[in-house]
Amino acid sequence: MPIIIDEKTRAIVQGITGAQGSFHAKLMLEYGTKIVAGTSPGKGGTQVYGIPVYDTVEEAQEKHSANASIIFVPAPFAADAALEALENGIKNVVIITEHIPIRDAVNVMAYVEKVGATIIGPNTPGIITPGKSKLGIMPAHIFKSGSVGMVSRSGTLTYEIAASLTRKNLGQSTCLGLGGDPITGLNFIDALKMFEKDTETKAIVLIGEIGGNLEELTAEYVIREKYPKPVVAFVAGRSAPPGKRMGHAGAIIMGKAGTAETKIEKFRNAGVEVAEKPSDVAELLAKLVI
Amino acid sequence: MKLFEYEAKNILAKYKIPVPNGELATNPDQACELATKLKPPFVVKAQVLVAGRGKAGGIVFANSVAEVEKAAEKLLKMQIKGIAVKSVWIEEKIQIKKELYLGITTDRFNQSYVMIASSVGGMEIEEIASKTPEKIIRFPINSQNGFHSFHARQIARKMGYAGNQLSELGRIFEGLYHAGMDYDAELIEMNPLVETVDGKFVAADARTIVDDNALFRHPEYKNRLLEGESELTLQEVEAAKNDLAYVRLDGDIGVIGNGAGLVMATLDTIQYYGGKPANFLDVGGGAPAEKIAVALKIVLSDPNVKALFINILGGITRCDEVARGILEAKSKVGVTKPMVIRLVGTNEDEGKGILTEAKIPVLESMEDAAQQAVAISKQGGK
Repeated sequence: MPIIIDEKTRAIVQGITGAQGSFHAKLMLEYGTKIVAGTSPGKGGTQVYGIPVYDTVEEAQEKHSANASIIFVPAPFAADAALEALENGIKNVVIITEHIPIRDAVNVMAYVEKVGATIIGPNTPGIITPGKSKLGIMPAHIFKSGSVGMVSRSGTLTYEIAASLTRKNLGQSTCLGLGGDPITGLNFIDALKMFEKDTETKAIVLIGEIGGNLEELTAEYVIREKYPKPVVAFVAGRSAPPGKRMGHAGAIIMGKAGTAETKIEKFRNAGVEVAEKPSDVAELLAKLVI
Repeated sequence: MKLFEYEAKNILAKYKIPVPNGELATNPDQACELATKLKPPFVVKAQVLVAGRGKAGGIVFANSVAEVEKAAEKLLKMQIKGIAVKSVWIEEKIQIKKELYLGITTDRFNQSYVMIASSVGGMEIEEIASKTPEKIIRFPINSQNGFHSFHARQIARKMGYAGNQLSELGRIFEGLYHAGMDYDAELIEMNPLVETVDGKFVAADARTIVDDNALFRHPEYKNRLLEGESELTLQEVEAAKNDLAYVRLDGDIGVIGNGAGLVMATLDTIQYYGGKPANFLDVGGGAPAEKIAVALKIVLSDPNVKALFINILGGITRCDEVARGILEAKSKVGVTKPMVIRLVGTNEDEGKGILTEAKIPVLESMEDAAQQAVAISKQGGK
C-alpha cells in the first residue's frame, strides 16, 4: 500500500494543452496513470492524446469523477486552478508550476485546511509510486519498485539519488517531491507520518536543503515520536552563502537561520544518518535495509 | 527584490504609518534645496541595498542645510561594501524615547505569515532574539481568519502599551499588515519603530523585500530590477533576464547544472573535495541549446573562473540539447577554460556522441567529475 497515489488514482491534467502539460500527460499515460480528463479554458471539446479536454474542472468532474489533479498552469493563474480543483471536490492536487507568488500559495493552503485535501507542491516534480502510477514530470526509468520511501524538496537531486538507489537494487515504495517553494502543501513530517503507516516502506530517505526550519522541526518530530523506521538524510547547500537565493525560492539562509550545518546537526542528534555526498545515501541505506 | 529605504517608507506612508518627513536627492545641490523644505536637525542616509549601512558610515547627522550639502557630497562619492551610493534620503531627525521592532515575514510551517514584534529594536532581529528572547512576540497570522484590528491591539498590549498609545500602535500594525499583503512582501519591517519623547510612534527605518515571483503585479519595481538598479551583480542581472538562476561566489570553479538541489549538491561536492565554486547557476528544466550557451557566457564572464564543471542529469532537460549548447558556446563565445562535463539521463547517448565527436570528454559520475574539476583548478586551470 503506497502513499497518496496508486493504480486506482484517476487524474485530471489542468493546463493539458500547453507544451509541458501535453508532453507529460502523454508520459504519464504511457506509465499507466489513469488520466481521465484534461482542462484548458477555451479549448473544451478538443482532445490531447485521446484525453477529452474541458473548459472547466466542474464539467470534467460531472463526466469523469476524478480523485486527483495535476496542474501545469502558468504561475499567475496557478492558484486559481488549484482552488478550482479543490472546490470541485478533488482531494489530491499536485502543483508542478514554479514561480507562484507566496501570497497566492498562502491563500490556497488556507482553503486546503478548510476542505481537508492534500496539496503536493508547488514547484514540485510530483509523486511516483514505481510500477503503479505517477503524477509528475520525473523520468520514470530511474525508479524501481521497492521498500524505500523518498521525500524531497528538490527535483533533479531526487533523480540523482533515486538512480543511485536503483543501481544498488534498492527500490522505492513512493517518491514524493514536496516542492522548492517556501510555502508548500505537504511537508517532511506529513510524509513521515504516511510512510510510518505504509507497510511496504521499510526505510525513508529525506532530501532537504538550506532555508526555513522544516528539517529542524522534522528532527524534533523524530525524537519526540520515537520514529520507528530508519531515516537517512541528505541536506544540500553546505557551501551556500547567507542571504542568497540558491535557485529555489525557498532555498535561502536568512541571517543565521536555515543553514545546512544546523539541519545536519539536528538530524544527527535525532539518530538520522546524514550522507556527506549524494552517492553515500545508497551506501548508508544498504546497511539499514536488508 | 529588496526595496530602497525611501521606497519602503513611501509605502508605509500610503498606509498612514507615520514616517519622518523626508526628501530624496541625487546630487549635493538638490540635497541643499530639498533640505530647506524640512525642519532641522537632519539625518542624511545613503540609499544602498546592503546591510550594515550605519556602521559603514552611510548615515550622517546634520544640524544645518549647509551640513546637509556637505554630508550629501561625501555620501554620494562613497562606496558601501562595493556598492556606489547613487542617492541620499534626507529626513527630519526624531527625538527617540524608545526603539521597538515590528515585522511580517512568511511562516513556512504554518503555511502563512507571522508578525514579529519586540519592545526592543534598532538592531537585527536575530540579535534581539539571541540577546533578549523574552521580548519577542511571535504572532502567527491565521490565513483563514486574516489579521484584524483586535489582533493588532492584543500585540500592542503584550508590548506593554495601553490607552491612546495602544490604539495608535494597533493602527500602525494593521497598516503594516495591509501594506505587506498589497505589495507581496516576503519581509516588511520597521526597525526601529520609534516611540518619541512626546509619546508618538514613527517608523525611523523600514525594509521591504518584495516576492520576486509576484513582480508581475508590481511592474514599477520589476523594471528597475532589469535596469540593473538593484543589489544584483552584472552577471545576476544578465541571468535574471534570461530566466537563469545565478549566484556569484568567491571560488574559481564555474558551475552549471540543471535543478537547484542538484546544483547546490554539486557545489557542496566540489567543496568536499577541497575545491571552491565560483558560482551557482541553474539552467532550470528543459533548457534548449541557446540557453546553455548563454549560461556558459555568463559563467565565463567572471574572471576568477579557472575551470568549468557542467553537471546535467536529464529529466525534461535533454542531453543532446545541452551538448549542442556547449558546442554553440564554444564556437560563438570561445570557451578557453578547461571543461569537465557530466552528462546522464534523457538522450544521453546522443549528447555524448555529439561531444565525443568534438573531442570533449564526458563523465558519468558526479563525484568523479567534481574531483577532476578540483584537480584542474588547483593546477591553475591547465
